[in-house]
Amino acid sequence: MDLAFTKEEQAFREEVRQFFRDNVPPDTRRKMVEGRHLSKDEMVTWWRILNKKGWGVSHWPKQYGGTGWTSVQHYIFNEELQSYPAPQPLAFGVSMVGPVIYTFGNEEQKKKYLPRIANVDDWWCQGFSEPGSGSDLASLRTKAERKGDKWIINGQKTWTTLAQHADMIFCLCRTDNNAKKQMGISFIVFSMKSKGVTVRPIQTIDGGHEVNEVFFDNVEVPIENLIGEENKGWDYAKFLLGNERTGIARVGVSKERLRRIRDLAGKVESAGKPILEDPAFREKLAACEIELKALELTQLRVVADEGKHGKGKPNPASSVLKIKGSEIQQTTTELLMEVIGPFAAPYDVHGDDGSNEAMDWTAQIAPSYFNNRKVSIYGGSNEIQRNIIAKAVLGL
Amino acid sequence: MDFDLNEEQRLLKESIDGLLTDSYDFEQRKKYMKEKGGWSKAVWGKLAEQGLLGLPFAEADGGFGGGGVETMIVMEALGKALVLEPYLATVVIGGGFLRHAGTDAQKAAHVPGIIDGSKTLAFAQLEKNSRYDLFDVATTAKKKGDGWVIDGEKFVVLNGENADTLVVTARTKGDRRDKTGVGVFLVPANAKGVAKKSYPTQDGLHAADITFTGVEVGADAAIGNPEDSLALIERVVDEARVALCAEAVGLMDESLKTTVEYIKTRKQFGVAIGSFQSLQHRASDMFVAAEQARSMSMFATMANDFENAKERSNAIAAAKVQIGKSLKFVGQQSIQLHGGIGMTMEAKIGHYFKRLTMIENTFGDTDYHQRRVADAGGLI
Repeated sequence: MDLAFTKEEQAFREEVRQFFRDNVPPDTRRKMVEGRHLSKDEMVTWWRILNKKGWGVSHWPKQYGGTGWTSVQHYIFNEELQSYPAPQPLAFGVSMVGPVIYTFGNEEQKKKYLPRIANVDDWWCQGFSEPGSGSDLASLRTKAERKGDKWIINGQKTWTTLAQHADMIFCLCRTDNNAKKQMGISFIVFSMKSKGVTVRPIQTIDGGHEVNEVFFDNVEVPIENLIGEENKGWDYAKFLLGNERTGIARVGVSKERLRRIRDLAGKVESAGKPILEDPAFREKLAACEIELKALELTQLRVVADEGKHGKGKPNPASSVLKIKGSEIQQTTTELLMEVIGPFAAPYDVHGDDGSNEAMDWTAQIAPSYFNNRKVSIYGGSNEIQRNIIAKAVLGL
Repeated sequence: MDFDLNEEQRLLKESIDGLLTDSYDFEQRKKYMKEKGGWSKAVWGKLAEQGLLGLPFAEADGGFGGGGVETMIVMEALGKALVLEPYLATVVIGGGFLRHAGTDAQKAAHVPGIIDGSKTLAFAQLEKNSRYDLFDVATTAKKKGDGWVIDGEKFVVLNGENADTLVVTARTKGDRRDKTGVGVFLVPANAKGVAKKSYPTQDGLHAADITFTGVEVGADAAIGNPEDSLALIERVVDEARVALCAEAVGLMDESLKTTVEYIKTRKQFGVAIGSFQSLQHRASDMFVAAEQARSMSMFATMANDFENAKERSNAIAAAKVQIGKSLKFVGQQSIQLHGGIGMTMEAKIGHYFKRLTMIENTFGDTDYHQRRVADAGGLI
């Protein structure tokens, strides 16, 4: 047992950090620190910088543009990226559909899609959840019928994150109504510009527009847009969801936010002195930091385990990452609410364009708190995670 | 970065787990409790035979030169089997003072007896009003000739009843809560003026309240600087905290395992109660709590080697906070999920709960350590 990073790993961390300092556009970083939404341009600009450096799809196999880093290097990269902070690569392309395509797609699909994913020439979105299919995803009803050399797609997806920016969607569609529900699903990709695709925004409780409903009305999709085998889509979906185990803890995000809380709490006054000097507040902050340290160590255990034993066998501790990671993210936004106190109330008085640096950092704190309730719901709700632990780890 | 055990450590784990599987099931433990002093001399002898009592001592002192990871392995195993024997008091704490500050003569006088199992030690530190502050010492050690005269009262001294030698904190100068002026003294348990009141503790161990009345010891009784040993005491108690964290992880592992087995077999409404989602989720949360505790126990083990004492203490305090929170949840919910049977002396789960509970209140509880971390500026 040895907790220390090697000299090479430390040097790598410094290299990554320096690259971020030199290359992340300052406005992008500031907006992230303040919890603002970034524009599509801001995100894509940064991702292309990252891709140019060769780090856009770092965890992909080398032949498709990956880096060949060790699990520890990936961990360091993610931590530095999250805590700098800079936008993480677009998960829907880089972490989700990309690995499905290079693992299950044919050569033509790999050539056609992978470079465009890496450079975000196509913005991808995820067509999984439906109004009637949340945690019970396999009950989905969006239908793809084969007609000649086309799929005809009808149905509705929901919670489609940033579909308003998307060029492409990867979609779970029912292709066999008679099979057991998991066995009749196919994984089909198509253009969001196709005729018959309608995107309707969902405004969330923070006032933001991240998610959408997406409707398909007789959308015609070329037959070759099926990835892998027909009716095997559920397997690919499971592969996709199991692929990104350690990033979900978002330790770097919480670290950055805790640093910000400490900084703000040293400035905001309560009872005539900084709220950081209030023992009750300070202990709450320490409690959260301790929980985060424990989570970081749990994550490192999973990372070290993957490095040593490969990704095949899941480490039981990895189940903890989603639950604790989301809880801690939520706690950090609660602490921010506590710091800002009564000034949490004003609603977006200065707009969300970030143009007024001095005035409106407070306006994002309540929305960020509201918005972060999502993290224990998405990606398999924490209740579903508990089901998984009970079944897969405890054998209940 | 590596969280795996090396080959030797793996063998150590197998060997102690094997020993305890053979000689420490719940029924055997009940017998050991009834022996004189409340633990088994025979088991202690076996621990000595396997070299476990000499594990952390330097090879030059007759030990095996084991480090923090080795102690973690042993303490986890002792926790898992709910062991009564005074490993913490003798090897970790008593031995710790000798390792960190003992003179060659002191080591020669005490270490061989620890290693061969013939001698045990106890740490007489807690006082009526000191609570968790290690510097808060009213017991005095006054110079007399070359030696010292010790007066004062110590409480809840684990293994105090049986120990051959007491390691006593006493003030050589200053006021009760001064941070300087505290010394550490080796006092023979049978010295004139030592009076013990022994009793069993809630978790099945044994402790004593000990009064020192004009107890005379020689100059060679002081370990370290008699006028300024707080740093030494903090160092050794930090190691004890780390060991308790590991013991608690072992206790939690076994509690969770026992509880999960129970809800898989206990039937109500015609089905195993473990098929109910409310119980499954509770068990999952116990697993999460135990894993977070394991991570922090590992962190504390590694932090024990930090060169900066402040960082070391802060990290270990943080670990004790996580352990305290986790053990409370795992302990309480183990009883809850067992239902009525969990409330009985007959079932083993309650005994795990009781030991876990006492660990929280040993060498600083969750609130105490959380405050320490907060006052030290946090952990980020």
